[in-house]
Amino acid sequence: MKLQVATRLALYAVLELAADPGKQFAAAEIAERFSISVNHLSKVLRTLGRAGYVEAVRGSGGGYRFRGNAKRVTLLDLIQLFEDVGPNEHAAEEPGESSAEGRALRRVLDEIDDIARATLSSITLATLLKLMADLPRAAQEALGGRGRRASRAGG
Amino acid sequence: MSHRKTQTAVEAPLAVRIRSARAGDLAAVIAIDAENTGVAKASYWKERFEWYAGQKPDRFFLVAERDQAILGFIVGEVRAWEFGSPPSGWIFAIGVAEADRVRGLGTMLFEEICDEFRKAGAPYVRTMLAKDDHLLMSFFRSLGMMAGPFIQLEKRLER
Repeated sequence: MKLQVATRLALYAVLELAADPGKQFAAAEIAERFSISVNHLSKVLRTLGRAGYVEAVRGSGGGYRFRGNAKRVTLLDLIQLFEDVGPNEHAAEEPGESSAEGRALRRVLDEIDDIARATLSSITLATLLKLMADLPRAAQEALGGRGRRASRAGG
Repeated sequence: MSHRKTQTAVEAPLAVRIRSARAGDLAAVIAIDAENTGVAKASYWKERFEWYAGQKPDRFFLVAERDQAILGFIVGEVRAWEFGSPPSGWIFAIGVAEADRVRGLGTMLFEEICDEFRKAGAPYVRTMLAKDDHLLMSFFRSLGMMAGPFIQLEKRLER
């Protein structure tokens, strides 16, 4: 499974904010940490803000902070803001989809989608932060210290 | 597998004792399971109780008790070589009374049975649950459980 760039940025940003929910971070700060475009990240943060997962804090030292319960917000909640996961009822029918071959293939693909949805809907931000904290030290160092932060927040 | 229906804000942890189930606990276990799943299964639990709550060193039926009241239970055993799997601890059921949810009881029961599995020589703990039981799956995930090396397959048997 491959996530679109905007989805991935959203997950990075929300995890960064949820790891330290009392603190606010400027979009530029988050963008620099993950080496991503501030403009692109700002659009993503606006989408997250409209959905109620982050809030913008105005004024000097302003930025974004996490809004919500990290033990309740799942990866599926966030991913679905940016892309479809699983069958899209509104999508146009693919060529050949009503044939026996197409229907048999659809059953297999639906099975894969079901598993993906079940997995994504069962992993909360808190679980993912814990997973980050549990990464072996070498992996944490390879991530440039991200794991150390997660240890503080998720441990 | 018993279900955990709803969760609210986390409350203070409860001071409970986790111990092996005794015959007198059966009625409370049946009641908690019925409350959790909406289906009373007295004869099923009586049979399961006889199987798991005996003196076998690789079967575990634990309860969480406070002030002589049973607030939750967990059931599992170490099984080996089925499906080609080396010895592993399997959790078959977990249940917590609705009034005592979100206070760490499920986690305490899970950790206690994991200790028993470890002592019995099992290097892994496993369970199986419905794909659409998001809450229970989230609970096990929050305890560090991930997808394992097995996948369950089934086929409808036509008459």
